[in-house]
Amino acid sequence: MRFLDPLLSAWRSVLAHKLRSFLTTLGIVIGVAAVIGLLAIGRGAQNEIIASIESLGANLVQITPRTGAGGAPTLSVEDARAIEGQIANVKTVAPVVRATHQVVANGQDIIAVSIGTTPGYLLAYNLEVASGSFFSDYDVARSARVAVLGANTANDLFGDANPVGQEIKMGGAVVRVIGVLKPKGAAIMSPDDNIILPLAFMRQFTTQQRTPQGEHVVHSIALSVADAQYSPQVVAEITDLLRERHRLLPDADDDFRILSTDDIAAQASEAMSIMTVFLGAIAAISLLVGGIGVMNIMLVSVLERTREIGIRKALGARERDIWSQFLLEAALLSLNGGAIGIALGYGIAATVGYFVQEITPIVTPEVVVLAATVSIGIGLFFGFYPAWQASRLNPIDALRAD
Amino acid sequence: MIQLEVITKTYPMGKRELTVLHGVTFHIAPGEMVAIMGPSGSGKSTTLNVLGCLDQPTSGRYYLDGRDVSRLNRRELARVRAHKIGFIFQSYNLLPRMSALDNVTLGLKYAGIRDRSLAREALARVGLADRESHRPAEMSGGEQQRVAIARALAKKPPVILADEPTGNLDSRSSEEIMGILTTLHKEQGNTLVMITHEQEMASYCQRVIHLKDGKVLREERP
Repeated sequence: MRFLDPLLSAWRSVLAHKLRSFLTTLGIVIGVAAVIGLLAIGRGAQNEIIASIESLGANLVQITPRTGAGGAPTLSVEDARAIEGQIANVKTVAPVVRATHQVVANGQDIIAVSIGTTPGYLLAYNLEVASGSFFSDYDVARSARVAVLGANTANDLFGDANPVGQEIKMGGAVVRVIGVLKPKGAAIMSPDDNIILPLAFMRQFTTQQRTPQGEHVVHSIALSVADAQYSPQVVAEITDLLRERHRLLPDADDDFRILSTDDIAAQASEAMSIMTVFLGAIAAISLLVGGIGVMNIMLVSVLERTREIGIRKALGARERDIWSQFLLEAALLSLNGGAIGIALGYGIAATVGYFVQEITPIVTPEVVVLAATVSIGIGLFFGFYPAWQASRLNPIDALRAD
Repeated sequence: MIQLEVITKTYPMGKRELTVLHGVTFHIAPGEMVAIMGPSGSGKSTTLNVLGCLDQPTSGRYYLDGRDVSRLNRRELARVRAHKIGFIFQSYNLLPRMSALDNVTLGLKYAGIRDRSLAREALARVGLADRESHRPAEMSGGEQQRVAIARALAKKPPVILADEPTGNLDSRSSEEIMGILTTLHKEQGNTLVMITHEQEMASYCQRVIHLKDGKVLREERP
């Protein structure tokens, strides 16, 4: 009762001017809704990107050449073999060569990127075969003229027909399709549009490039670490091994770049966090504007109720009684705005989640608590000056006002 | 109960100063009913503001209930107003959005009294027991002033200050209000100081203090 009483009286005076209270609250509503909605969407997008990176293969490590200006390509099949032979806790290593080919089959004629690699590629990139099978180490060793198609490539060439067992022509050779991969969708490094060939066969009809040491150039090396916990150690050991193999001087930069899925995820996550904070900051500005609206209306309210303040003072109200009354009203206004804003923010996030299927917005309890606290805080902060002004009114002047 | 000792009050008016009270001195005994009269500009409103602890004298001493209240800070003044003084204004000064009962309760609230039955009792004593839930706009001037009297009396303060309590009322309501005031004054035994410029109202009082040009001109007992 003791605490309820002033609350009730503040509530009554908020209700006394319904439209005005609503409009004042609207600023806070929009601000809080924007903060909640944008943060939820940002967080959802962040999770989506991380999930798509992790779908690459949770323990994937990719090595790519980093050639300086005019530098010769350095990464080689022999590097891949050395890693496989010398580095512990590595499950599979797949050297990768890329080339663009014209592909003809089933009366269709397309340009596709073919990838020459070893069976380890399947595991390293976390791929699955939809029909048929992937080629074996034996296929690689004997340069078998076989191909595994990405989902889109299979569809472009054969439509709904099963491509397994069909023949395609590429680079003057006739190649038999032995498998089709499951689609990966919009994921990073999706092989949906590729044709995957045994590395040795691929080399037969692409230009051979050699490193300065006379080794066979590859475009990248993908490997799978036995467990994510070994990832930093494996990366360090590979760095030492490759520097030694490439005969780099101690003060020379690496001529390769090693990226693990963890690194990529961390980088993307950081980029998204910055984005989310940025969105939140923009939303916070609208919250600030809303707070100024509350202050404005409280100042008007103090002016309007000067006489009431005078009467209360004559009846013995202390300054504390007066400012707590106005502060409570301001806090109540903005808390209401905060509550409605949280609901609206949820709604916005849910709506976006419904229409944009890639993103599942995430409203965390922390954000809700933060928004509620901030909106009360804004009420108190922007209500403070008007309330203070009210409490300092001279009772004689205030009683004379009309 | 009330002792004013050579009270002066000076207001700054731009660069010059305006002195409204030039050393007002009078004493009022506990339970006395006193009228202060004087033409406009005689300083009677300022005197009442000082008596009501709404304003502080520039110099001089004011003893209320044995305590010097002429040098208190704003917080202490608010406490004195809450516990020692009940105001009745010419224009009633009820809060328009509150019922009669809530208005009377408000007077109790700032005195730290949370017992609403005292408010009901006070309304009953001014004959408005059946108007508790009415708002000021739904009542006549006389009824509103009775609510204001109930508000001033409910907390049983030692001093009641009335600023032309019948100034806005017709003669019938005026008589009614003065009747209530004198009756309650007799029953409750508090000190009542009333400003008026009507001789007829002053005649209800035991003593009349005449002010002129910020000084006590004379006193009389009607």
